[in-house]
Amino acid sequence: MTGFFTLLYKELLRFWKVSFQTIVAPMVSPLLYLLIFYHVLEAHVEVYPGVAYPTFLIPGLVMMAAIQNAFANSSSSVIQSKISGNLVFILLSPLTYHEIFIAYILAAIARGLLVGLGVYLVALIFFEMPLQSPFWVLLFVVLGSAILGALGLIAGIWADKFDQLAAFQNFIILPLTFLSGVFYTIHSLPAGWQILSHLNPFFYMIDGFRYGFFGVSDISPYISLSIVAICLVAISYLTIWMLRTGYKLRH
Amino acid sequence: MLPAIAVKQICKRYGNVQALTDIDLEIQQGEFFALLGPNGAGKTTLISIIAGLTLANSGSVKVMGYDVTSDYRHARLNLGVVPQELVFDPFFTVREILHIQSGYYGIKGNAHWIDEIIERLDLSDKAGANMRALSGGMKRRVLVAQALVHKPPVIILDEPTAGVDVELRQTLWEFVRQLNRDGHTVVLTTHYLEEAEAMCNRVAMLKAGKIIALDQMQNLIGKMAGNNSLRLRLLPDQLPAELQPLEINRIGGMYELRIDDYTQLESILSLLRSAQIQVLEMQLQQPDLEDVFVNLMQNDEN
Ligand SMILES: Nc1ncnc2c1ncn2[C@@H]1O[C@H](COP(=O)(O)OP(=O)(O)OP(=O)(O)O)[C@@H](O)[C@H]1O
Ligand SMILES: [Mg+2]
Repeated sequence: MTGFFTLLYKELLRFWKVSFQTIVAPMVSPLLYLLIFYHVLEAHVEVYPGVAYPTFLIPGLVMMAAIQNAFANSSSSVIQSKISGNLVFILLSPLTYHEIFIAYILAAIARGLLVGLGVYLVALIFFEMPLQSPFWVLLFVVLGSAILGALGLIAGIWADKFDQLAAFQNFIILPLTFLSGVFYTIHSLPAGWQILSHLNPFFYMIDGFRYGFFGVSDISPYISLSIVAICLVAISYLTIWMLRTGYKLRH
Repeated sequence: MLPAIAVKQICKRYGNVQALTDIDLEIQQGEFFALLGPNGAGKTTLISIIAGLTLANSGSVKVMGYDVTSDYRHARLNLGVVPQELVFDPFFTVREILHIQSGYYGIKGNAHWIDEIIERLDLSDKAGANMRALSGGMKRRVLVAQALVHKPPVIILDEPTAGVDVELRQTLWEFVRQLNRDGHTVVLTTHYLEEAEAMCNRVAMLKAGKIIALDQMQNLIGKMAGNNSLRLRLLPDQLPAELQPLEINRIGGMYELRIDDYTQLESILSLLRSAQIQVLEMQLQQPDLEDVFVNLMQNDEN
C-alpha cells in the first residue's frame, strides 16, 4: 500500500503546490456565469416551485466546476508526464494498474471537490441555498468527479499532444457538460432535446446532485445513481484495460 | 544459480523497422555486463523490454526468475533502470523525488540510504534544489540515484555517463563497482569503450538488432591477439631488409611492424642495433575493445 499512498500523495502535491492555478483560478468562470445569468434571468424564471433561477443554477455550476477540474487534473498530469517523459518512473515501478488508476482518480476527486466547494462557499455569501440532503450531494459530486477523472486519464493516455487533449475537451467534455442541464431543467426543452439529454450521462450526475439540494429533480435520484454508477464502472474498466495493455504507454 | 536476466527469443518490430531479432541472452548474478553497439543497434529497445516499458512481439524475459509481464511486480522490484533520456519531474526537489521514488517501491523512511546515495553521487549541494534548476549532468546523477533507491539486485544503466564530466564519471563508476562487489548485477551500455573494457567482465555486441558477439571480455580481446604491433621511429629512418617483411604500415614517420608474440621484440631490437640504427621512439600497440568493436562491425558487413 505504501506505493499507492505515495503516488496519491504525489498527485495531490502536484496540484496543491500550484493551488492558485489549480483551485482558485478555476473558480472564477463559474462565478462569472452566476453573476451574468443572475442579472439577465433572475426576474423571469422560477424553475421549481419556490426555487428561483440563481438558486437552481448554483448546484449546476458547482458540479460543472468539480467535474471539469477533476478531468483537468488527471488529463494534465498524465499528458505532462508523458510528454516530459517522467511517466517512465511510474511505468518502471511495481505499482499495479489498479493502484495507479485509483491514485489518479482520488487526486482528481480531491481537486474537483475543492474547486466545487470553493464555488459553493462563495455563492453562499450572496445567495441562500437549501441543502436537503448532504448525502446525495456528496455522493453525486464524488461519483461525477470520479467519472471525469477516469475520462481525463483516458484522454491523457490517448492524446499525443496538448492540441489533441484540447480537442477531446472541446468536442466531448464541454458539449456533454453544457447540454446536461447545468443551466436549465430539461423540462424546458423541446421533446427531441429532452430525449437526447436522457442519453447524456452527465445529465444524471447533475440532476442527482441537484436533488440533494432541493429534494426535487427531473428524475428519481435512484435512477440517476444507478446510471452514474454503471457509467463509472464501465469507464473504470476501460481505463484499467488501457493501463494493463499499455495502450500508448508501453510501446 | 538463477540468472539475473534471462532473455529468450525476443523479437521487436516498430512498423517496418525490425529493432530486435531473436535475442537470446542470459546474464548471471554478480556479473558486470556490457551491452554495446552503434546507434540504433537496439540496446535501448532491449533494455526497455527487460524493464517492461516496451512490449516485445514475441519471446520472454525474466528478471531474477520473474517474468516481466506476468509477474511484473516482482520483476520490477528486483530491477533498477537508469533511462537514456534525461527525464525529470519539474514539480519536485531532488530529495522529494528520491523519497517519492522510494515510496513507489514500498519503502518508507529511506532517509539513511537516500542520504548515502546523494553523497556518493555528489548531489549534496543540490539536494534541496528543484529538478528544473539542475544542469544536465546533475539531472543524470539524479536519474542514477532514482534507480538505486530500492537497492535493486539488478541494475541497468543506459549510457549513464553521456554528458557527465570526468570527475563524476570516475566517482560514478567507483560507486557502481562497489555495488557490483556487494553482489548487485550491473548491465551497462556506453559508447565509451574504454569504460566498458575497464569494468565489465562480459560483453554482448549488438548490431542491427542482432547479437553478433557474446563473450568474456578477455576472450573477445584475446581473439584479436594476432594484431599486436610495434611502432618505431628510427635514426636513420630506414628499416633493415630483414625486418621489411614485418612492416604493415607507416604512420607519422614511424614504422609499424606486426609482431605475433613478445619474444620477437628482443630479436628486432638486436637487428636494429647491429644495423647501427637508433631507436628514437617505440610504442607497443595492443588490441583493445575498440579494435574488436570496429573489426566486428566491419566484418559483419560482408
Ligand atoms: N518508439 C519507437 N518507434 C519507432 N522506432 C523506434 C522506437 N524506438 C526505437 N526505434 C528504432 O529501433 C531501432 C533501435 O533503437 P534503440 O533506441 O534501441 O537503439 P540504441 O542501440 O539504443 O541506440 P543509441 O546508441 O543511439 O541509444 C532504431 O532503428 C530506432 O529507430
Ligand atoms: Mg539507446
